[in-house]
Amino acid sequence: MTAQPTTALRAAGLILRRDLALAFRRWEQVTHPVVFFLIVATLFPLALDPKPSLLRDIAAGVVWVSALLSSMLALETLYRADVEDGTLEQLTLTGQPLALLLLAKTTTHWLLSGVPLVLASPIVAIAFGATGTSQGVLMASVALGTGVLSLIGSVGAALTLGSRRGSVLLSLLVLPLIMPVLIFGARATDLAMQGEAADGPLWLLGAMLIFAITLTPFASAAALRISLE
Amino acid sequence: MGTWTWFHKLSSPPHFYRIAGKMIPWFAIPAALLMAYGLYAGLVLAPADYQQGDAFRIIYVHAPAAWLSLMCYSVMAVAAAVGLVWRIKLAHALAAATAPIGASFAFLCLATGSIWGRPMWGTWWTWDARLTSQLILLFLYLGYMALRSAYDDLGKADRASAVLAVVGIVNVPIIHFSVTWWNSLHQGSTVLRKGGPAMPPSMLIPLIACFFGFTFLYAALACVRVRAEVLRRERNAHWLKDLTAPRLGAQ
Repeated sequence: MTAQPTTALRAAGLILRRDLALAFRRWEQVTHPVVFFLIVATLFPLALDPKPSLLRDIAAGVVWVSALLSSMLALETLYRADVEDGTLEQLTLTGQPLALLLLAKTTTHWLLSGVPLVLASPIVAIAFGATGTSQGVLMASVALGTGVLSLIGSVGAALTLGSRRGSVLLSLLVLPLIMPVLIFGARATDLAMQGEAADGPLWLLGAMLIFAITLTPFASAAALRISLE
Repeated sequence: MGTWTWFHKLSSPPHFYRIAGKMIPWFAIPAALLMAYGLYAGLVLAPADYQQGDAFRIIYVHAPAAWLSLMCYSVMAVAAAVGLVWRIKLAHALAAATAPIGASFAFLCLATGSIWGRPMWGTWWTWDARLTSQLILLFLYLGYMALRSAYDDLGKADRASAVLAVVGIVNVPIIHFSVTWWNSLHQGSTVLRKGGPAMPPSMLIPLIACFFGFTFLYAALACVRVRAEVLRRERNAHWLKDLTAPRLGAQ
């Protein structure tokens, strides 16, 4: 009896399940980015004048800058452990399309670091007094934006794997590339917080997400192959 | 064979080293002449602008620097892609040599723009679309150079930074578009626009001379820098020892 060949999609699904299982066994990997997100958001009212009108104005920006930094923090763990124990090398040798496997890994990263931010962002909005917020639009904008962050970030994480001083370098590479996401994400969030229609920036964020899903896995795969040589 | 022979020949380091050495004066002399004429005619001969007075003259450095900062990024990304696809080391050397030049021009563009902005807009810096996207371009250059320097192995540095350059060039139009949508105060194009340039010839011709002069300057600088890269990369190669042996022996 011959073994059934594993299809690429099934392999990607298995990676997704494995990474989720691993993350839930190391719970702090999930909670640290959210706690970081909330702490960074807390810094702003302390550093600035806590006037309600000022806080309302900066709320969208605070959500986005905090989300960016916390997503950056989580990126470092995306490949690190799997490189150290050799899992990633095995993945490149499986004969499955590496881009698809990395897309699965990136999806896990988004589920673990993006979705908690999506859930935490209404709390920040309320804490900053943005009361007229339509929470659905706010969460949609953060969800789309963090998706792009994870995808572009995975390229950066793959590029810096083989280098010295990875973490600072990672931010240096990724932050300029994700400024469009910051612009449209913050705009959509801001409109949502003022209770206005945010369709335009949301569609653009969606377009960026689709664009990133189609291209970045291949860049990540190329970068990873170079780093692992 | 045939069409591509010259290309393969050019991509061999000894051949390129020789050709680039011979090309330097052919780029440097036009650069010097054009820039000398352009800057003299622009800074001294051209009439003062009726609105901006003499302050407009900074355009003779500012606009060519802006053009080159973008051109260098394109050259860098194309060279990086060529190096990545056809595994031509010389293309990587060109990309590596171009990055600091492009970063310098991006910085020059920002600095001159800021000096111009002080009397004209009344501020050194404003969060305007073009300024911001130029600043992000400078950050992209810095990221590229930082990634290169983070690798000890030259081959890895070449290919990793090449991936970054290619990802970057895909992103540059998106950044430009999004930043323009975000905010714009910068004046529109003066030279390339519908209905011809909005400049009299006495101002325009020096500007065009400066554009070409700066571009030749880049070509000359690139030749010098790629030659230096080739020397660094091929320091143990036989052809280089053969090249330097007579000179070393003569001492």
